[in-house]
Amino acid sequence: MRPGLVAGAVLSGLALAAALLSLIWLPYAVSAMAIGQRLQPPSAAHWAGTDHFGRDIAALLMAGARTSLAVALVAVGIGMGLGVPFGLAAAARRGSWLDEVIMRGNDLIFAFPSLVIAILITAVFGPSAVNAIIAIGIFNIPVFARVARAGALSLWTLDYVRAAQVAGKGRARISVEHILPNIANLLIVQGTIQFSLGILAEAGLSYVGLGAQPPTPSWGRMLAEAQTMVTLAPHVALFPGLAIVATVLGLNLLGDGLRDALDPRLRGRVA
Amino acid sequence: MTLLSLRKLSVTIGPHQILTDLDLDLSPGETLGLVGESGSGKSMAALSVMGLLPDGAKASGEVMLNGQNLLALSEARMCALRGDEIGMIFQEPMTALNPLMTIGDQVAETLMVHRNMPRAKAQQIARARLDRVGLHAPRFPASLYPHELSGGQRQRVAIALAIALRPAILIADEPTTALDVTTQAQILDLLRDLVAEEGMALLLITHDLAVVSGMAHRVAVMKSGRIVEQGPTEPLFRNRRHPYTAALFEASTHQPPKAAAGAQRPLLVAQGATRIYRLPRPTPLAAHPELRAVDDVGFTLHEGESLGLVGESGCGKSTLTRAILGLDALQGGRITLAGRETGPQMPRQDRAMVQVVFQDPYGSFNPRHRVERLVAEPFHLTGRPADWRARVAESLREVGLSPDDRHRFIHEFSGGQRQRIAIARALIIRPALIVLDEAVSALDVRMRAQVLDLLAALRDSHGLAYLFISHDLSVVRNVTSRVLVMQAGRIVEDGPTEQVFTAPAHPYTQRLIAATPQIPPAWMEPEDDR
Repeated sequence: MRPGLVAGAVLSGLALAAALLSLIWLPYAVSAMAIGQRLQPPSAAHWAGTDHFGRDIAALLMAGARTSLAVALVAVGIGMGLGVPFGLAAAARRGSWLDEVIMRGNDLIFAFPSLVIAILITAVFGPSAVNAIIAIGIFNIPVFARVARAGALSLWTLDYVRAAQVAGKGRARISVEHILPNIANLLIVQGTIQFSLGILAEAGLSYVGLGAQPPTPSWGRMLAEAQTMVTLAPHVALFPGLAIVATVLGLNLLGDGLRDALDPRLRGRVA
Repeated sequence: MTLLSLRKLSVTIGPHQILTDLDLDLSPGETLGLVGESGSGKSMAALSVMGLLPDGAKASGEVMLNGQNLLALSEARMCALRGDEIGMIFQEPMTALNPLMTIGDQVAETLMVHRNMPRAKAQQIARARLDRVGLHAPRFPASLYPHELSGGQRQRVAIALAIALRPAILIADEPTTALDVTTQAQILDLLRDLVAEEGMALLLITHDLAVVSGMAHRVAVMKSGRIVEQGPTEPLFRNRRHPYTAALFEASTHQPPKAAAGAQRPLLVAQGATRIYRLPRPTPLAAHPELRAVDDVGFTLHEGESLGLVGESGCGKSTLTRAILGLDALQGGRITLAGRETGPQMPRQDRAMVQVVFQDPYGSFNPRHRVERLVAEPFHLTGRPADWRARVAESLREVGLSPDDRHRFIHEFSGGQRQRIAIARALIIRPALIVLDEAVSALDVRMRAQVLDLLAALRDSHGLAYLFISHDLSVVRNVTSRVLVMQAGRIVEDGPTEQVFTAPAHPYTQRLIAATPQIPPAWMEPEDDR
């Protein structure tokens, strides 16, 4: 048994379960304010206490999980959906102008600090969860393109790819039929890691006010709002912070564990 | 006087019995050949002498060296012993050396570790060892890095490393399997000299009976973790008392039936074929140097003929193969297949006339597809017929596999079975020509004999032509009727196989043939009772 993989799966599973549960049930409505009950410490009625508007923090966390996971998931989807085809195409035409254009384009995106560009995008198009998704997604493209290209390049030298060429199959077809299934494990592992980075990025954007807008709950904005009250009511900042840390840690452990579990060279070796 | 003796050495890994009751003796100045097929436990025997068994392996019995049982020694004592008393040489010279250390430092390192020698003194001795293995000072300074050397030269460095401390025992695990024949002959000569002049004992592990016949004083034959027969080389080879020894012997000299001379219609014709690679500029303003990988090559392959193409690594065989298969374009000349030009743009029906079987039975198949899909892949060229499943089953049956195998994944098959599946894949669209690119080089001798028989039978039943590309001259001699010898991109000799092998005209062919290890023909006969 791999303890890291299990711990990662449990932590990520908790975040996912909270997000799914929030779709059908919440302990309190997220917009239900009760000014008289503001900044209550955790109690039987409010498991994680209440914030400065008297909203239930547990409910906000559950609903915030939904926002975080959705933003990160779609952003990873954009990155994989565009990055992997780019990477496969670059590998299939190694050394050609297409390879150069794709990989230098990747370098260009990598050259900018991601948060600065995200701020630029939201400044131009206005702050919203959708714009945050686009901004984070764009920065996932070169990551997946590079992973896909590196994995594909080593496969292109193998005999079964030559056999497919002798069978008259084109490069695009070979990429889909022979290369993609054999780099899938690399992509899955990279996907979980990008997923955790996406959650961090969403929290960061929301923290500076450029992510999800009120009343949509968000872990990052909860932290931002709790900042001024951190000495007065530390739990208001503590719980969203813990939620972010636990989810990101869980996804990273999951990614590491999956990499070991999916790599045949490491299989059978128990750490 | 024995130096090393194994008594009832057994090794288990979990529930698996890897070695059973090995008894071996090795004396100074003696070469002991340990032969067997892959998985017979040859390498495991060597590793247990070195104390380098994999995790979880348990050894019992005795490995006695100078009166002490190595199996009972602590890891710290074994570390002191390895390299000092016992040196080892591995198969793959490309990975046996550290790419970031100079060859002098690598040899000196052993001396510094074991003898606490000051660096300057160690370097001096390292220099002497490099001279000893034939890497002489002005041409091969100790400051060279491994990537600046060829495979054979790297293997010499590995040998210098192994003999740095003049160990009493040298273990060589398939030391020449990855090398070309002429290089192999040089390395074997060097090992033979070391045994004779330095009085070392050599344990030579190999699958190649011909190598053993020219090297070893005594031979032990291993099968499934047991020594089935051992004794002095010549009588053992002549008499072949154990049926397994006889089977190995038969397989390694096996000659499948040759093609009957039929219609001489040309199938594959190359005329002035030239493929040039542009190399990086040596200086920014210089012109690109050119490598003529295939240089003005011309030959004809007739229908139903088996043509051999031999040459050492880097001679341009692979580049020529890619051009014949139509994967790369030529820069000059042309290659035609039944009158139609080959190349990346050739139409599908032309491409369907040629198929290929590769060397590596492990890299030739997409591990995520089932056999059915793998074998049916060439139907992409012809369109998939309605009865394609029946055709796959038939193709599998033709290569001696069960039609039910089509639902299994490739990892469920052994190396020999995989090569059969590769042949089934090549056969399924009934090509006129199959290119066999080192197709049997990775197989054990008995499996190789079976696959060669299968190819001969398919050639006769389907009227196939083969282009048999190999560095192994003995296999080419046994299966082809005509042979081309390639050197540095050019065909230097072209003629009927028997003629080329018995009376080679070109000096390069003569060198190749002289370097090929051979079991002395006289040893084919049993020993006279004298």
